[in-house]
Amino acid sequence: MTSKTQPVDPLYNPKLRPIIDKVIEDNINLEGGLMVVLNNLQSKIGFLSAPMQEYVAERLNIPVSKVHGVVSFYSFFTTVPRGKHVIKFCIGTACYVGGINQMIDKAKQILKVEPGQTTSDGLITLEICRCVGACSQAPVVVFDEVNQGHMKPAKFGKLVENILKDEANA
Amino acid sequence: MKKYRSMVLISNGDSSQSKGSEAVIEAIHQALNKYDLASEVYVTNIPDSGSPKAQPLVIIYPEAVAYGPIHAEDVDFLVSEHLYKGRVAESLRVNDPFEIKRIAWLVQRTGTMPAENRVVLEYVGVIDPTSINDFLTHDGGQAFPIVIEMKPQEVIDIIKKSGLRGRGGAGFPVGVKWQAVRDAPGDKKYIVCNADESEPGTFKDRVILEGNPFSMIEAMLIAGYACGADEGYIYIRGEYHDALEKITNAIKAAKEFGVLGQNILKTGFSFDIHVHSGAGAYICGEETALLASIEGKRGEPRSKPPYPTTNGLWGKPTLINNVETLGNIPPIIHNGPEWFRSIGTTSSPGTKVYTILGNVNRTGLMEVPMGITLREVIGIYGKGMKGGAFKFAQTGGSSGSIIPAILQDTPMDFDSYRNVGVALGSGALLICDDSNCIVDCVRVLMKFFKVESCGKCVPCRIGTEQTLQIMTDISEGRGTMEQLEQLDLLRKGMEQLSNCGLGQTAGTPIKNMLEHFRAEVEAHIKLGVCPAGVCAMEG
Repeated sequence: MTSKTQPVDPLYNPKLRPIIDKVIEDNINLEGGLMVVLNNLQSKIGFLSAPMQEYVAERLNIPVSKVHGVVSFYSFFTTVPRGKHVIKFCIGTACYVGGINQMIDKAKQILKVEPGQTTSDGLITLEICRCVGACSQAPVVVFDEVNQGHMKPAKFGKLVENILKDEANA
Repeated sequence: MKKYRSMVLISNGDSSQSKGSEAVIEAIHQALNKYDLASEVYVTNIPDSGSPKAQPLVIIYPEAVAYGPIHAEDVDFLVSEHLYKGRVAESLRVNDPFEIKRIAWLVQRTGTMPAENRVVLEYVGVIDPTSINDFLTHDGGQAFPIVIEMKPQEVIDIIKKSGLRGRGGAGFPVGVKWQAVRDAPGDKKYIVCNADESEPGTFKDRVILEGNPFSMIEAMLIAGYACGADEGYIYIRGEYHDALEKITNAIKAAKEFGVLGQNILKTGFSFDIHVHSGAGAYICGEETALLASIEGKRGEPRSKPPYPTTNGLWGKPTLINNVETLGNIPPIIHNGPEWFRSIGTTSSPGTKVYTILGNVNRTGLMEVPMGITLREVIGIYGKGMKGGAFKFAQTGGSSGSIIPAILQDTPMDFDSYRNVGVALGSGALLICDDSNCIVDCVRVLMKFFKVESCGKCVPCRIGTEQTLQIMTDISEGRGTMEQLEQLDLLRKGMEQLSNCGLGQTAGTPIKNMLEHFRAEVEAHIKLGVCPAGVCAMEG
């Protein structure tokens, strides 16, 4: 373990707290607004920590169990921070037939982490995702929300190396 | 309205993006600034068009010259030649005459492939999806004024007469559903557009929404008027960022134009549309789960009846139609039900949008009349098999069927397929050649269902887990003949006892496999070999 101190929860981070409050206030009177609030917080903060879920429940006046039920149901919501870059592998049928498993193996080999995990330096998170609807380009890997189609292990490896190289230079 | 001297269209679909269209768009904006043309030239994106060889494609109006493939480094020359100096940059043109024909609407505005019949996709890739003016100049928005002159019941009668059936997979008659919502008691009713296109392999709804978002607004207006609703929701899956942005902008533009909101065009009819983004759950394509998700709850389906037509969103009567279904509404109103009935088959009139994928020479999107056969699809639209022989096709994403080669001459429409025990599904056609193993393919499907089952009802939650276990055993050489019998029992149990469509259809691939590919499955069990050489057998 490194001696790095545990980062402060976004709820108590003076820079992020106003963002959280604004999202909640914008949707506080919206019928069925919970999904909208969570979607916004996920994209603006990056994850939904336990204190954040409790806070949302309190402000929207609904049970915490209900908030957590929704958070754990949808695959977009995460309760831990993601890495700086997110690489998603589409495991739709077309991509499976197209050989997406070769890319997953290649990623494991280069980054030494499994899908669902983040590299120890917090740089890259690997994820499995559902069909992204770009099946004519199968197999598809999503690099930070950009679809890259017709992927081959060698090409994929190079793209990952490029990210690592860019980060090392930055 | 601001007037522009030229319009530049850049193909920016998946295929173009993978070839660097984003960089081209940025370079064009830079070059326009450099030549001080930014205020005179309008730049916009269109879905992929023409052949992948010519992408990224850049088309410049009013001259209608197609350039491609264009790379970021070509842009400066292109802008300086065509837009600044005013002459065609010959060296960058799409020069292969065959390629130009593929970009068919430059020659004639019908279809991009022979015999294709574009109704829903007619203006996709033709109009600028960010401009309501462009939509209107291409005859868009003409159906709603016709409707507003009629009585709501007359509108429903037209839809009934057209014989349109739901394009989400089940093929339910659309007119009947509209009538049920209209007849349901209550003042407050909702129209919901189901754009949670989650079936793997299906991306037709995404292309429709990205290519012509305004037609969706028009169709929802018509549905709202006919059913007596004043509010609508578009539930769009979270993965579709671009479609979400296009439809949100289209709604904003329609509101500014005065065709959405209070007292539309001073007719006394009011209608408002909200966009709701999903958050990654396959099950939310099921209508009751979708409604729960809009209400901000876990997207779990409930048992039916009561149907959403009487007890839908927040307990009010609600009409839920798929994107492609709604896309058919304006053309039907505009051209009449007789015209619609002249396309397709008697029991399933109209066209169907398919996404063709897998081991064929050409993959992509096509819209063809109902009733053509799989053989035609593979031969004409797929340009033949890629090497191997056709073994089976998988329709409609995961809850579709597996169509064996012997059924490839069955007309593709709802009833013809139902009669031979398979389903048309949502429109994906994954074509598999003889290098694919049926056991492996079904195992992957069952894995998908296991992950996506919401877990609320037992037959689906346990059934998907158990069937996956058996399929894994068979594919790894541990399967027994007793397990095969169990598999069939589990499948039947899921079909009859599950709460919603997911569990009810999850066993369909197993049923098709046991019916048409029993010998191949038994080879795995009795001989311990995978005839296609895909499964890694033990021992």
